[in-house]
Amino acid sequence: MTYSLRVNGEDHIVSDSWIGESLLFVLRGRLGLPGSKNACEQGECGSCSVVVDDKLVCSCLMLAASCIGREIKTVEAIANNGRDGTESLTDIQQAFVQAGAVQCGFCTPGFVVAINHLLNENPRPTELEVREAMSGNLCRCTGYGRILDAVAQVVTERTR
Amino acid sequence: MSATTIRSPRVGESAIRPDAPAKVQGKFGFSNDMWIEGMLHGVTLRSPQVHARIVSVDVTRASAVPGVHAILTHADIPGADVYGLEHADQPVLANGIARYFGEPVAIVAAEHPETARRAAALIKVIYEPLDLLVDSEEAITAPPIHPEGNVFRHLTISHGNPDAIGDVIVEGSYEVGMQDQAFLGCEAGLAIPDDDGAGVELFVSTQFLHVDRDQTAKCLGLAPERVRMTVAGVGGAFGGREDISLQVHLCMLALRTKRPVKMEYRRDESFVGHVHRHPAKLEYRHHASRDGKLVKVEARIVLDGGAYASTSSAVLANACCFAAGPYVVPNARIEGFAVRTNNPPCGAMRGFGNVQACFGHEAQMDKLAVALDMDPIELRLKNALATGDRLITNQMITGAAPVEAVIRACADVPLPTDSSGELLELPGGAGRTAAGERDRIVRGVGFAVSIKNLMFSEGFDDFSTARVVVDGGVATIHCACAEVGQGFVTVAQQIASAVLDIDEVVVAPADTTVGSAGSTSASRQTMMSGGAVEGACKAIRHMRDSDAAAGRSTEGRYEFTYEHHHRPTTTLDENGQGDAHVSFAFAAHRAVVDVDVDLGLVRVIEIATAQDVGKIINPLQAVGQIEGGIAQGVGLAVMEELVIKDGRILNASFTDYLLPTALDMPTVRIGALIEEPEPGAPFGAKGIGESPCISSTAAVAAAIRAATNKPVNRIPVRPQDLAL
Repeated sequence: MTYSLRVNGEDHIVSDSWIGESLLFVLRGRLGLPGSKNACEQGECGSCSVVVDDKLVCSCLMLAASCIGREIKTVEAIANNGRDGTESLTDIQQAFVQAGAVQCGFCTPGFVVAINHLLNENPRPTELEVREAMSGNLCRCTGYGRILDAVAQVVTERTR
Repeated sequence: MSATTIRSPRVGESAIRPDAPAKVQGKFGFSNDMWIEGMLHGVTLRSPQVHARIVSVDVTRASAVPGVHAILTHADIPGADVYGLEHADQPVLANGIARYFGEPVAIVAAEHPETARRAAALIKVIYEPLDLLVDSEEAITAPPIHPEGNVFRHLTISHGNPDAIGDVIVEGSYEVGMQDQAFLGCEAGLAIPDDDGAGVELFVSTQFLHVDRDQTAKCLGLAPERVRMTVAGVGGAFGGREDISLQVHLCMLALRTKRPVKMEYRRDESFVGHVHRHPAKLEYRHHASRDGKLVKVEARIVLDGGAYASTSSAVLANACCFAAGPYVVPNARIEGFAVRTNNPPCGAMRGFGNVQACFGHEAQMDKLAVALDMDPIELRLKNALATGDRLITNQMITGAAPVEAVIRACADVPLPTDSSGELLELPGGAGRTAAGERDRIVRGVGFAVSIKNLMFSEGFDDFSTARVVVDGGVATIHCACAEVGQGFVTVAQQIASAVLDIDEVVVAPADTTVGSAGSTSASRQTMMSGGAVEGACKAIRHMRDSDAAAGRSTEGRYEFTYEHHHRPTTTLDENGQGDAHVSFAFAAHRAVVDVDVDLGLVRVIEIATAQDVGKIINPLQAVGQIEGGIAQGVGLAVMEELVIKDGRILNASFTDYLLPTALDMPTVRIGALIEEPEPGAPFGAKGIGESPCISSTAAVAAAIRAATNKPVNRIPVRPQDLAL
């Protein structure tokens, strides 16, 4: 089947596809957006986190075809866009870099999407709320300490 | 896979990873992100049987599937048909017998991954089941399940007076379950055949580039230089990428089809596609004098190595050499077996044999403290190793050994206050599905100390190579050290910029066009590849200084390739005695847990730690290694276990194999990082990656014991071990 998906503000044609393809498969394999990662294909690890119509989801668990007519936002859209057309890191991304929240980095795009979504919904989360929001994203390298630190830094900066 | 540049902070500063900006944007290329025009997709057909004779393999129907380009079995292996890190006994593809659940039997390359999977499912394999050998104790005497027998290694350590007897004797039996490395980026690679078909290029996520290359070349029947390898973005490793997984398969398919071939495992395949941490059975008898001095340690340790050798022999050496822990023990008798069974193969995982032993020796130290009516920390201090003391292998510790310092600094961290009482902070957290009585939640505190050997032991010729070029004020480091997330990318930059006093340092991609850097394991790369970078940079500095002294220009190009070897070690003699290890690192952990004694649920509230680090190269990364290692230690203590029944893994998914989440992982408090420089190491730095996951597990177990008065002689601790 052939259909159109709206991803990061642009319409993309998905052609000659099988209806059973997951959103993650289509993003990575058909639309050239490899930022969403596949680590479990069961909705347990959050590495494939994307936002569909303002809802944080695991793209491995959604059929791409079920996202027709919906707004999909992936990690590739998370950037500060300068007036001159340049892109730079957002405060969340910058905090991840500076705070040592990145080691192997495989989980990182999913975390960035999830934290971005959390702080949009809840600008001043408590540590427990951050941990709860992050508990859908697995990290095997960091033990989460530096990620929590990065989030805390962003919240402090934003609420100054 | 591109080179990276940054203004380089010096040694001791928190340098930022040059690959971090790409990683936070989803732009960093991991091995499973690779793509090339015209590539085929490879899949592996694996044995659903645990132990079976392969009567026949019929690929007729599978070959007829449109889009299938190759189906290869054992008969198609061009060179050696077995591989192995220390001893080649593992078939590239099963040869007449499948010895474990998931053993590769055939490989398929097709235009689309689903086509390859469908074709693999159409391969008709007739198996004739054989008797299973899944008990490690039985394996010692059972009929062999492999021509080379069932005992990978039998090691005895006999130290001091075997007849010595202490005033106080405590005994215990302990068991450790099978843990998985569970790196997030599953195995993946891309093989591209040379145009003339006489060689191949492989991009792969690995820990040990040159040994992958050598093993792969041998199996392909090619000279090593015909196989070129580059480290492709590695999504974590933790030991699970030290062995070959899909390397040979990919190259076989690419050479046969004359097309590039990509393979990527999914999580269920990853769980059977790499080695695991050895399950262990340990029996201990500790002897001490009335005043709390250790007199003798006796132990018997059996490691289940699964179907093939991998690194079982070296893991056993660690478990036995460090069976007594970081203590002065004048007399010891240790007997260890690493055995072959039809269970999943086991090999390297962070902590490498010391984890299992530590669980045993630290439980024993607590038992001894009770028997002596002595404070457990005082008992440990009384017996703590120091520089100049001897291990039970009779090796004298000549480097830094601040055991007393790590114990004191960890014990001095103030204890945490009571938990908030919020539901998510109660034992079980989000998984607490029964109410339970809150006054039945009991707090416990436990303490544990560990020792880890750094770098390779037992006479292994351990070295790393670094080529450094300085040109136009920029230093470029070419080293085959696999960056798997640990942060060598900044360590290398920091060492180079410190030695050369240069701000621009580039770390080039790691590949086989430079000499071997050895494995990213054994807490060795900061010391070994860091040492190689330091050596090359010092040579260049000397050349530059000579030019300056002679009035010549120092603006030109300098290049030096340095091979860093650590001091030689010896093998262990028939009594398990010898200078088999290079350096040692020590850590102490204190765990605080809350246990719901009715529901058997545990919440780890806090881990305090102090660690012997030699010299910190990058403080931020040191903290990251410590917190991350502790997470894996906590996981092994309370939740992470590959459940094996009759040789089959029952929980090969992240739904059923539980990793600690941000809600499970406690706050880590670092009491101190003890900087006592290690002689012969770059800037005195010690490897820091493994220590955090060794005694953290034992500390959590001790804390649960303290809370529940249950024996907790098996990890991971399960609710039924506590509540029934």
